[in-house]
Amino acid sequence: MKILLSYSFSSLASKISTWLSNVISNEMLLIITKMLILGISLLAFLVVLCFFLGYMERKVAAFMEIRIGPNRVGPKGSLQIVADTVKLLFKEGLTPDASDKFLFNLAPFIVVITSMLVVAPIAYAKDFQLWDISIGVLYVSSISSMGVIGILMAGWSSSNKYSLIGAMRSGAQIVSYELSIGLSLISIVILSGSMSLSEIVQSQANGWWIFKGHIPVIISFVIFIVASTAEINRAPFDLTEAEQELTGGFHTEYSGMKFAMFLLSEYINLFVVSAIAATIFLGGWMPFHIGSLNGFNHLMDYIPSSIWFFAKTFLIIFIIMWFRWTFPRLRIDQLLNLEWKYLLPISMVNILLVTIMTIMGWHF
Amino acid sequence: MLLEQNHITKEGEFVINMGPQHPATHGVLHLKVWLDGETIKKVEPHLGYIHRSIEKMCERLSYRQFIFTTSRMDYLSAHINNQACALVVEKALQLEVPPRAKAIRIIMAELTRLASHQLWWACMGLDLGAVTPFFYAFREREAINEIWEETCGARLTQNYIVPGGVMMDTHPNFRKRVKDVMKQIKDKAHEYEELLTGNVIFQERLKGVGYLSREDAISYGCTGPTARASGINSDIRKLFPYDGYEQIKFDEVLNSGGDCWARYLVRIEEMKQSVSIIEQLIDIIPEGDFQVKTKNVIKLPKGDFYQRVETARGELGVYIVSDGAASPYRCKFRSPNLSNLSAIPKIAEGAKIGDLVAIMATVDLVIPDIDR
Amino acid sequence: MKLTGYYFTHLKEIVTEEYPENRSTLKMMDRFRGEVLIQHDEKNEHRCTGCQACEIACPNGTIKIITKQEIQADGKKKKRLEAFVYHLDMCTLCNLCIVSCPSDAIVMGQNFEHSVYDKKQLKKILNNPGSKLMEGVEE
Repeated sequence: MKILLSYSFSSLASKISTWLSNVISNEMLLIITKMLILGISLLAFLVVLCFFLGYMERKVAAFMEIRIGPNRVGPKGSLQIVADTVKLLFKEGLTPDASDKFLFNLAPFIVVITSMLVVAPIAYAKDFQLWDISIGVLYVSSISSMGVIGILMAGWSSSNKYSLIGAMRSGAQIVSYELSIGLSLISIVILSGSMSLSEIVQSQANGWWIFKGHIPVIISFVIFIVASTAEINRAPFDLTEAEQELTGGFHTEYSGMKFAMFLLSEYINLFVVSAIAATIFLGGWMPFHIGSLNGFNHLMDYIPSSIWFFAKTFLIIFIIMWFRWTFPRLRIDQLLNLEWKYLLPISMVNILLVTIMTIMGWHF
Repeated sequence: MLLEQNHITKEGEFVINMGPQHPATHGVLHLKVWLDGETIKKVEPHLGYIHRSIEKMCERLSYRQFIFTTSRMDYLSAHINNQACALVVEKALQLEVPPRAKAIRIIMAELTRLASHQLWWACMGLDLGAVTPFFYAFREREAINEIWEETCGARLTQNYIVPGGVMMDTHPNFRKRVKDVMKQIKDKAHEYEELLTGNVIFQERLKGVGYLSREDAISYGCTGPTARASGINSDIRKLFPYDGYEQIKFDEVLNSGGDCWARYLVRIEEMKQSVSIIEQLIDIIPEGDFQVKTKNVIKLPKGDFYQRVETARGELGVYIVSDGAASPYRCKFRSPNLSNLSAIPKIAEGAKIGDLVAIMATVDLVIPDIDR
Repeated sequence: MKLTGYYFTHLKEIVTEEYPENRSTLKMMDRFRGEVLIQHDEKNEHRCTGCQACEIACPNGTIKIITKQEIQADGKKKKRLEAFVYHLDMCTLCNLCIVSCPSDAIVMGQNFEHSVYDKKQLKKILNNPGSKLMEGVEE
């Protein structure tokens, strides 16, 4: 039992690392092999994760809509997404005649690659992180806004008017909501004094920021959730694909695997923003501790850190899904009003508060 | 004229075709939209994609048969369409319909109105991006459909109302089932309030959007909830009562707002009125015949006959010219949706694309009724 | 959000009908109009006199009645039903034929699973082979 509990991803990783260095003597080759293993396992993880998120979304939606949801393929329909993927694989990847063919085919890859890049600095468990970059927060917020290039590219190159409107909406939306996300992240950077995600997690060892940081952090948490929902184009902010208005927005013309790429990137983005929110506000893999209750704290420590991380992430994913299946969509001008007239001023004042709080040392 | 307009005249302006295959047009409506960025400069509806020449078909069908085709016009108010046709035949023959048949007809018509408004509410949410309300509304609509299935034998195109009464007597379970459904609808009413009516995003989407003034509504010939939301007394059930509506207590729902929000509130309130009408009647359905005997071959006297009824969407008029034969010489339907559609280009001007969807949703068009 | 959350946690409120699975327990309403049928009793007798009232009543030309002359025991020739041809593909299930039938020979069946691969299969002859008119219907 004890072995099982102490088992963690970090020990597994170090074991594989030592075994590899014993087998392969050439240092260059060793690095390449390690990277290959990492890349492949990350890709496999992301694809499986997307399958799971797709299944989860459909089940969550179904239960909220008093339906059963997928129940044909596999037990309780769990293989439905696999079947869907197989279907999309066999479909013809149509490229419209009038489209800009190079950009049209390039766009889905850009969208997927940018969303995969953001996965890199996330700390999944204790001492288990692909790339502990010192400017983690900056990296995340800058790379994640690159995805809009792919969307704009897709919308423009389709030479479809609906796609174009969708892409333009997407541009306006992502660029403006990027500000709020950045500002709400900065409030935690100010508090923890570091941009590295691992150090931010470490700074929460004695309590998560959302508890330590009083109301300002809660405000910035809410702003982050709202803005990131808009950033990843999910309802109620899914104006870029607004089916009832634009029949599909920027990916109207896409089919087959190229369309699946957009879906894939949507779910990876969903995971990424939830993971970032969990890392920054809810303490990443840090277990839940209450002040001086030592027994309780020890009990919490027994739960592996990776489970803590994924539980928090999925909690936030569930909340974002909950949004989607409850609220109607905003109109484009209301969307921009919400950002520029409410979220942005609030987060600016909020940063001021956080800064004062940090200087005066009012947080725990 | 048309050709000239097809060209893009100014820089930065472009034309998109909403429909005939578009998720928000609920059928094969084709709206040509001139856009300046997101703002709509002009809307031009194109009709005729689902024209089945029902009026012409009616000319070779007998007076018993032509009723069933009208279920296919406004398929969401099939009962009320059938009722209008039955009424015009009865008017021509000067038949007195037994009170039991009248009561059943009113209950069925109000159930139709309820079901139609529920479907509208469902699609309203769907059009504005909220998928979940759709299923909640369909749960209640399904219960109403079951009443029809039990008594009329079909769920959508019932063909239950025939000249001289109704086709069959009500099912023994009818009263209990209707009461159960009314209770269910009243119990679940708070969910409707909570999900859309009370939602800030939803209110923001509708308030002040698609303003239709009282004068415009009159000049475009709008009827039904669309006109009543602009403050026009247009309820045929009050103005020209038929089938015993004059004995029933109900309010004509009026709202002077004129925007999408007013149209939304009018329909929500009408659902409550329909429930109250059904509850008044369900316990006092008179005993007696459900149909008067008519001749095997109905022949209308020479002349022209007109009857108007209030469907879920507005005033439906049936005009029949008879030359004394067994089928109409000419049959004309005045459909509420065509007039309501004609107001859309006016009220959509200057709105955003998202608003156009909201406008179409609140005007609540049924496309087969426009083309017939 | 409260409401959707409520339904998320109350799975027993699910209203989905699991159609192909519940086929064995599925009971249609007794008035449900699925298809037109001629009722036969255990002696393989039906009540259809071949009067063609339903054929006239049908708005779509769905029903075609083929009759034959039959010599009765007393030597009189009488019109009898040979084939009741029913085109399900044209039928709108409006119930006008059932209402018009003077001898209650035809009824609506509750079967609704009519999909076939060939349209020809939807052209049906409703009277059983070898069936004949029930005694005493014509009077």
